[in-house]
Amino acid sequence: MAEHQGLLPSERPLRLLDEMGTPVDGSGLVMPDHRRLLEAYTSLVIGRRVNDQAGALVRQGRLAVYPSSHGQEACQTGAALALAEGDWLFPTYRDTAAVIARGVDPVEVLTLLKGDWHAGYDPYAHKVAPQATPLATQLLHAVGVAHAARLRGEDTVIMALCGDGATSEGDFHEALNFAAVFKAPVVFFVQNNEYAISVPLARQTAAPSLAHKGIGYGVPGERVDGNDAAAVLAVLERAVESARSDGGPRLVEAHTYRMQAHTNADDDTRYRDSGEVDPWTERDPLTRMEKYLKRKRVLTKAKQTEIAEAAEAVAAHMREGVARDTDPEPAELFTHVFADPTPQLNEQAAFLADELSREGN
Amino acid sequence: MATEKLSMAQALNRALRDSLSEDPSVYVFGEDVGPLGGVFRITDGLTAEFGEDRCFDTPLAESGIVGMAVGMAMNGMRPVVEMQFDAFAYPAFEQIASHVAKTRNRTRGRVGLPIVIRVPFAGGIGGVEHHCDSSEAYYAHTPGLKVVTPATPEDAYHLLRESIASPDPVVFMEPKKLYWAKEEVDFDRPVPAMGKAVVRREGTDATLIAYGPSVPTALEAAEAAAQEGRSLQVVDVRSPVPFDDETVCAAVRSTGRAVVIAEASGYASVASEIVARVTERCFHSLAAPVRRVTGFDIPFPPPKLERFQLPGVDRILDAVDDLQWEDQ
Repeated sequence: MAEHQGLLPSERPLRLLDEMGTPVDGSGLVMPDHRRLLEAYTSLVIGRRVNDQAGALVRQGRLAVYPSSHGQEACQTGAALALAEGDWLFPTYRDTAAVIARGVDPVEVLTLLKGDWHAGYDPYAHKVAPQATPLATQLLHAVGVAHAARLRGEDTVIMALCGDGATSEGDFHEALNFAAVFKAPVVFFVQNNEYAISVPLARQTAAPSLAHKGIGYGVPGERVDGNDAAAVLAVLERAVESARSDGGPRLVEAHTYRMQAHTNADDDTRYRDSGEVDPWTERDPLTRMEKYLKRKRVLTKAKQTEIAEAAEAVAAHMREGVARDTDPEPAELFTHVFADPTPQLNEQAAFLADELSREGN
Repeated sequence: MATEKLSMAQALNRALRDSLSEDPSVYVFGEDVGPLGGVFRITDGLTAEFGEDRCFDTPLAESGIVGMAVGMAMNGMRPVVEMQFDAFAYPAFEQIASHVAKTRNRTRGRVGLPIVIRVPFAGGIGGVEHHCDSSEAYYAHTPGLKVVTPATPEDAYHLLRESIASPDPVVFMEPKKLYWAKEEVDFDRPVPAMGKAVVRREGTDATLIAYGPSVPTALEAAEAAAQEGRSLQVVDVRSPVPFDDETVCAAVRSTGRAVVIAEASGYASVASEIVARVTERCFHSLAAPVRRVTGFDIPFPPPKLERFQLPGVDRILDAVDDLQWEDQ
């Protein structure tokens, strides 16, 4: 019994605020202080604005595609805010808002979706790995970064994100297992938004919850209401600090919902109806936090305006940056394959340069 | 001079030892590479000498091994990982093709991955299913990977040292059947860098082009041909990627005839690529079409049938005989 203790998640997802923004019993979870909550709220508002703006840029044909985290902003915010400066974030394609919350320039983040290059930001500048498109592969990279840090005696913690669908991939299991065996300080943060494109959670797993999967590897699991920004932040901060102090990994599952289609290219009316989606509108992470902070008189009218203006500035920066015409340089296609291009790549680069010069480019 | 008679297995072990002691960022890990020293003993004694942090066993999961190597390389380390056998590396293929190979390019050169993936490969040791694949074409076809395969203990030592020092990922393919043959190894005299082919035997009538496990077979064939009065040149490719067009083509032009030899199935193979490159570049110097002697397009046979799959001296000499000598 003793060995199992602390490995299984709570019966229900932990929460600090109900849908009306009223505090509830957090089963030992401590409410972050007002300064921290205001920080989280600011990040929520910006995250929502980022999602909305990116969606609009897709409709205008400025971005090829955008996988939105609309409705999941509490998770995005929590993942970024729970980390210290020297920690690492390993995001997926749906975690643009988290990457921006970590401090990366939104225009650089959108390089991928704009079609200019695969990854647009320097991963070392803010310790944010390139957004992963393959599922769960990045979780193993997170373990490697953590292991290297541990070998050097550093107290770095890695926040590794994935979705419910990715928990079916082999690399999810290998990553949890490696992290546990090597005591790598990784917080595996699963945003269970109920869908992997069109496939619902019931087809991914028969486990009681995704957080239960931790016990198979000796990794403590935790469940949190993913639309309660206060609870997500508190749970992730606790997970980060315990990973930092004992070096072991943690698995956190946030119960949330993908409010929009997988991407703009997806038609979600083919696999779910509005009767399922609508109730989640009432669980929106922004309104919940807003109600609480207003009631506590932490969020004043003036403060709210200030935050809205900050979000609008980010959106304007996105519009301006994405509208700027950039011409990716074809010669660069050969530059980064190896540190030093092979003779064959040099030949091919010369071939393309010649072709372009004959076309008058 | 620092020369010593060593098997390829011992030369590889020495290369790992020297890299571990010279560079504190080098880490060796994989399945059974710790106290056991690897199933082929390539990592023999390394855990004892350098400690459990520097040379360690992992859970039995190849994708996990390579994926963890990616993260360690992102964070300043030089991982050298062992895939126990050629076909055991397939679970790691996504990590290799999607991340090891592409990360430098994905990040516009900001994140390089100095990883060596050691793969004992090919047949000739009577191994059972899944232990004898010649998997080099998968890696050679993937942009962003260097693919190296030594044919001598001396090359094994120097090429592995160079691979570990490389800023880019290297799939280092070790011909299992050559692990135990001994040869003088000079540790101080540098060998040509990866990306350079070498002429292992001079000859004037035709050029045999081979790499890894097929090089000794090609040399044997050249020796047999010499008995019959035919002078065969032997070129060791050494690194299918980067490929040395210059040396290979100069050799072919000097004789006007060529046979490419490889154990792997011939269809869509490294051997096919070499034939295409040589033909494109040397067409007017060729007196006959370039021939291939490769494995058949079949899954690797069981031990009692493997001799029918491996390119042998007779098949090579038959291919040489076929190079339209009567039209000369």
